[in-house]
Amino acid sequence: MGRYIAKRVIMAIFTIWLVATITFFLMFLVPGGPFLAEKSPSAATLEALNRKYGLDKPVIVQYKNYMLNLLKGEFGESIKQRGRTVGDIISTGFKVSAKVGGIAILVSVLIGVPLGCIAALNRGKWLDNLIMVIATFGIAVPSFVLSTVLMIIFSVWLNLLPTYGLSSWRHYIMPVIALSFYPTAYISRLMRTSMLDVLGQDYMRTAKAKGLSQFKTLFKHALRNAILPVVTYLGPLIAYTLTGSFIIEKIFTVPGLGNEFISSITGRDYTMIMGTTIFLATLIIIMNLLVDIAYKIIDPRIKFK
Amino acid sequence: MKNNHKPFSMHLDVSDFLPADKEEKQSLVIMRESVSFWRDGARRFRKNKIAMASLIVIILIFIFAFILPYFYPYGYEQQIRGSENLAPLKYSAAELARIEAGEKVFPHFLGTDQLGRDLTIRLMLGSRISLLVGIVASFLVLLIGSLYGSIAGYFGGKVDMIMMRVVDIIYTVPDILIIILLMVTLKYPLQDLANNVPGFTWINDVGIGLISIFIVFSLLYWVGMARIVRGQILSLKEQEYVTAARALGATHRRIIGKHLLVNCIGPLIVTTTLQIPSAIFTESFLSFIGIGVQAPMPSLGSMASDAIGGIYSYPHRLFAPAIMISLIILSFNLLGDGLRDAFDPKLKN
Repeated sequence: MGRYIAKRVIMAIFTIWLVATITFFLMFLVPGGPFLAEKSPSAATLEALNRKYGLDKPVIVQYKNYMLNLLKGEFGESIKQRGRTVGDIISTGFKVSAKVGGIAILVSVLIGVPLGCIAALNRGKWLDNLIMVIATFGIAVPSFVLSTVLMIIFSVWLNLLPTYGLSSWRHYIMPVIALSFYPTAYISRLMRTSMLDVLGQDYMRTAKAKGLSQFKTLFKHALRNAILPVVTYLGPLIAYTLTGSFIIEKIFTVPGLGNEFISSITGRDYTMIMGTTIFLATLIIIMNLLVDIAYKIIDPRIKFK
Repeated sequence: MKNNHKPFSMHLDVSDFLPADKEEKQSLVIMRESVSFWRDGARRFRKNKIAMASLIVIILIFIFAFILPYFYPYGYEQQIRGSENLAPLKYSAAELARIEAGEKVFPHFLGTDQLGRDLTIRLMLGSRISLLVGIVASFLVLLIGSLYGSIAGYFGGKVDMIMMRVVDIIYTVPDILIIILLMVTLKYPLQDLANNVPGFTWINDVGIGLISIFIVFSLLYWVGMARIVRGQILSLKEQEYVTAARALGATHRRIIGKHLLVNCIGPLIVTTTLQIPSAIFTESFLSFIGIGVQAPMPSLGSMASDAIGGIYSYPHRLFAPAIMISLIILSFNLLGDGLRDAFDPKLKN
């Protein structure tokens, strides 16, 4: 197991390096610089600014400098938001996004898994059909459609919920619903198919035959085996949801990481683009690794290669 | 035939050896034609009511998006002066005057936007963009993915290992991130190409935004297809007919093209169909945040995004693109599920 993890970590570092390199050179292919949006600075100011951030050097030298700094764990200073380091902006944004995202993940697992089980146990009955119809719609409706429709209903028509910011628990309701709708639907579909698969297995019959209570067969035997696909799906889901959905943060004006990322791209804030990209890629890779380890814990039959 | 049959007699009945007459021959003819793969699948598909309904919806949307605009009196970028911000089915003062004068004015079924553009035609064109993106992107994904996957699966060994490592790496790259970066990056070289290189002016006709969406999607999304095809080929290449083909001296190219890919046509169709809604989904998302299809060309995502600005005054503007995009994604999803059940029963689990 130790060897396996070591191998994965080396692979992960390689992938992160690759993503960082691709992003770095892509970024410099985009014409326009971080200072162009401001009220047309004079040539001298522009030169001074470029020198300050090392943008006057050839791209290769900049790449070398950036990578060396990265090895020291420094993301540098944001070019657009003067005086704030990239690490600082990421951690502030991430705290906000992770709070909304964490609640959304919890909601989608707590609703999705039971719904899927209920559907599987009532296979072919009206309850199963109802759940699957809702889940199919949940997969088809894009999050921006759902969130704007929610906004019209609850804010514009009923005037019940606030539309922007995160100052009280009521502000969380719509972003969380919008964020968790798709994963809930997806998890319940996944859970249903894998549960149906498990319910047909021989060991389920054995468990029933040896007189275990229904509760025990369901939770100790069926659920533990059926949850594996959901765990696979949860890895990338957690990474993406915690780092914030651009769309939902834009619609509900949540000051999260997703928002920072989009504005850093449109503003050519080079250091911020690099910082957020590396942060997100690292998180995704770590989550995938955790998923594989969780696999081993849930299902001891799985062997690491 | 005589009826003095003796069960234990060794005597043979001569009549058993007479040539068969016409009637007897007729009974041996196979009455039913053999059912081909396509027929079999189509029969199963037709029985599936949900899948048939979604197919009909998709055909209707295609008519709405590709044929109706030619008969529609307004253009998608035509700004009708004085008809700004109309509610659905309302007329402006000038148009009312024309109706009074006995002229016929075509109604604005969904109203107009703040520039006086008819929203119905914009919805049609927006759906057209979505469908185009979905289908072209999925086709490119099919092309690249099946080629890559089949080469990796067929040659196996080191080739397979290296090729699949590349796939793994692309899989871990956060896709939305790279899509956004690529979209922004590709815009300028494409503009350059379209304006300065002769023979590439068609890029402007299709739209730079659309072309870069095609490129970006086909660069990133083929990995899923490649994995599925590789898995299929790995098991198919052990079949006897592949050995037979090789023994007869068929080239690798012929074996992959004529024998292996043809035999995983089921998964190929299903994966391609299910790729369509996800491409449409991503395109609408990109247009929503403003880096997809370029104005004045409408897209369902950008229409929804425009509607948000006036959400308090004109909430109705959001519903048409919202319903349309959900309907398209839903029906393609259901169609894909139906095709899977019909053509690839193994995949259903």
